[in-house]
Amino acid sequence: MTKPKLAVYWAASCGGCDIAILDIEEKILAVADFFDLAFWPCVADFKYKDVAALDDGAITLTLFNGAIRNDENFAIAELLRRKSVVLCAFGSCASDGGIPGMANFYERQTIFDYVYGKSPSTVNPDKVYPQPLTKVPEGEIYIPAMWDTVWTLPQVVDVDYVIPGCPPQSDQIAAVVGAVIDILKNGKPLPPKGTVLGATDKSCCDECLRQRDVKKIKKFVRPFEIIPDPDLCLMEQGILCVGPATRGGCGAKCVAAGMPCRGCYGLPANIRDQGAKMVSALASVIDSTDPEEIGRIMAAIPDPLGTFYRFTLADSLLRRAQV
Amino acid sequence: MVKVTIDGLEIEVEEETTILKAARQLGITIPALCYNELIEPYAVCRLCVVELQRGQRTRLVTACNYPLRESVVIRTNSERVQRLRRMNIELLMARAPGAKIIQDLAAEMGIERTRFPLEDSDEKCILCGLCVQACSDVVQAYALGFSERGSKRVIGPPYDTTPETCILCGACAYFCPTGHIKMTDTDGRILHSELTLGPNAAITLPFRQAIPNVPRVNPDYCIHMKTGGCELCVKVCQKEAINFTELAQDSFEEFEVGAVIMATGFQDFDPTPMKLYGYGVLPNVLTSDEFERMNNAASPTGGRIVMENGEEPRSIAILHCIGSRDEHYHKYCSRVCCMYELNFAHLVNVKTSAEVYQLYIDMRSFGKGYEEFYQRILDEGVNVIRGKGAEVVPAYQKRRGEGGLLVCCEDTLIGKYREIPVDMVVLCTALEARADAAEIGRKFNISTGADGWFIEAHPKLAPVSTTTEGIFLAGVCQGAKDIPDSVAQGAAAAAQVMKMFCQGELLMDGAYAEIVEDICSGCRICNGLCPYNAITYDIEKKVSAVNPAMCKACGTCVAACPSGAITGRHFTDEQIYAQIEGILA
Repeated sequence: MTKPKLAVYWAASCGGCDIAILDIEEKILAVADFFDLAFWPCVADFKYKDVAALDDGAITLTLFNGAIRNDENFAIAELLRRKSVVLCAFGSCASDGGIPGMANFYERQTIFDYVYGKSPSTVNPDKVYPQPLTKVPEGEIYIPAMWDTVWTLPQVVDVDYVIPGCPPQSDQIAAVVGAVIDILKNGKPLPPKGTVLGATDKSCCDECLRQRDVKKIKKFVRPFEIIPDPDLCLMEQGILCVGPATRGGCGAKCVAAGMPCRGCYGLPANIRDQGAKMVSALASVIDSTDPEEIGRIMAAIPDPLGTFYRFTLADSLLRRAQV
Repeated sequence: MVKVTIDGLEIEVEEETTILKAARQLGITIPALCYNELIEPYAVCRLCVVELQRGQRTRLVTACNYPLRESVVIRTNSERVQRLRRMNIELLMARAPGAKIIQDLAAEMGIERTRFPLEDSDEKCILCGLCVQACSDVVQAYALGFSERGSKRVIGPPYDTTPETCILCGACAYFCPTGHIKMTDTDGRILHSELTLGPNAAITLPFRQAIPNVPRVNPDYCIHMKTGGCELCVKVCQKEAINFTELAQDSFEEFEVGAVIMATGFQDFDPTPMKLYGYGVLPNVLTSDEFERMNNAASPTGGRIVMENGEEPRSIAILHCIGSRDEHYHKYCSRVCCMYELNFAHLVNVKTSAEVYQLYIDMRSFGKGYEEFYQRILDEGVNVIRGKGAEVVPAYQKRRGEGGLLVCCEDTLIGKYREIPVDMVVLCTALEARADAAEIGRKFNISTGADGWFIEAHPKLAPVSTTTEGIFLAGVCQGAKDIPDSVAQGAAAAAQVMKMFCQGELLMDGAYAEIVEDICSGCRICNGLCPYNAITYDIEKKVSAVNPAMCKACGTCVAACPSGAITGRHFTDEQIYAQIEGILA
């Protein structure tokens, strides 16, 4: 009997998701035992043409991490969609745009100008920018063209499930993989399409053990400015924590360690725009009625867009800055 | 008990009773200048000297401080006593020639002049020390004392300076038997101070018609509240009704109620900032409130209309719309002024022969019987001038040798500028929302409008209820209105409450916020936001919940909920997105 095929791919991502899969420790052996690895550029040398040669639907499960921001990302996403029975957006880049999604605050040209021109570590007097096509004596070299806008995987192809997180926590990955193996082995029905796997429906606060009270914020501080009370809600101490507007499932590990939630598990089940929700919530708990004082309090938040839309800009109602 | 005989009359008194008290019980008068029953006797004036006979032996003692311990015979008016008293009164006359009470006493004893050389002819102090004792023993302020010795002995504050410990209570002046100590108003003139509505003694009835009709202690004036001393009232109250330990502790009572009718009323507009009318600066410029108080039969003037000098005014100007219908103060009409001003004119006509001038913008006699009253006032001969009083200035009238007032105005019916000489001006000040209305409103979750009045749920269809369930409005706190309107609104509010209570169930709006327990993670961001206190936090379940009976569907919590656990029924995100999509389609 042939084993079911597993594919893992990285598009616009850092590679952390791949590491997270390997981080499930000895359970990876059960994965290797149960699945036949069809494609996983991070750990083994596969060629795109090998995947293209497979029959449509030949891959049982694909874990796709990374956002879609160039021709290659898009082409492979479409390819894997065709070849897979189940396609999972794995990690916040694939599901919500993630950190690469913040590129949507700018357009491609601005990013190029900075990265290949103005950045302090760059010397590029001839203004050499990447070109999709380069002529060399041997012929033409093609590198994938970068897009103006970063897209999430569900925005470009049909996705069956989403596993959020930056990266998804290894215990959650182990649980999901274990469940998949169980389903396939014992012929159980799949969860409904669109289900968010490896996470809860509630927000990060649900898992946070810190004590909470009615919130009144007089001043925002950054984590390095104070030694936070270990038992008290960080937001009540003035530290901007995005936990209330972030899906739970991570186990609230950051907040337990005294660092505010950055929002990597994306938006909870019932909302459409994480950043807007967080702004709306914060605006409600500022403890002042004086517009000038409110202005001063809000001005203490560095990089508000990057804070509220750190992981979900590409998937938000804004999607991108209009330039 | 001891049995004593005073001037042939027998009386049985408790031991240690002084001769003076025993004599007074018998109705025998013994002159005493430096005696006050509230203060330990000091026996300085020596006028109360009496002859005391124990067995065969007689001697002279001071009645005020001699305690009776055994059966004795006392003569208060024997030849020997009279001789000594006359000598003492002559000495007192020489010491304090200015004291009328001493001269009167001397006259009673048949003495017209003293044989001793006079001190300063204005001197009134007899150095009895009552004031010193009052200040130190009663008030416990220790601001007065004796200084110097012998013939130079004087009473006064240390080093003749203004003592820091003096609390200006006036006890020294009160106890001074000769009128040597007087209270002076160092801040200058007092403008009809007796007309202030509040009491100015430490224990008074709040006002004559107060219910319950019992006196109260005003902590602002009470000496005991300031120094911890005094407590004279406790000593003199035979019913032992005064208890400072209870008084000192205000207590707060909590009541659980199903409805609240707000009837917090209004405050009077203070015309002091309107410098042109001279209130607080010119004499005989009164507010309507002060004039009304003066007209009250229980007022300090006994209801007589008088000027500061006690004379009846010959002419009075009544100025309408002070602070009302005024762009700079309140744009609204206070609605009650026209009618009470006409009533003022009527009162002046009844009580005095003074000429009355009414200066009005529009005469708003809108109520039942009001127009008829206006016609009656016109028949009474009141001068009604259509034009707002512009300015009140002093007019120096030579006739009486004192300043009168000039009211400047434009008489719009004859198109002329007029200056009307009057003796008294009544400023009919606006009704305005209480200064703390907004704060009170926040406590009860009702809002105030631009004028500061509480806002009703609907100006026409729900004029007594508010946007908060169970809070109702009555009277001027909702807007300027007269007594019939206030009574009507109060009755309507009571009826609304009764309706609510009798039904036993509340009709609720279908739109309210709901918290989905499965989504709420208990971050508590919504907890402090609800203006209607409808959100509670369940510590056990670690979720918040909305009480639909209290929720008014304002949507504040819906917008704030960062995890989308709160939905506004009938205003869900899906509905709004669908509407947006519909518009954009």
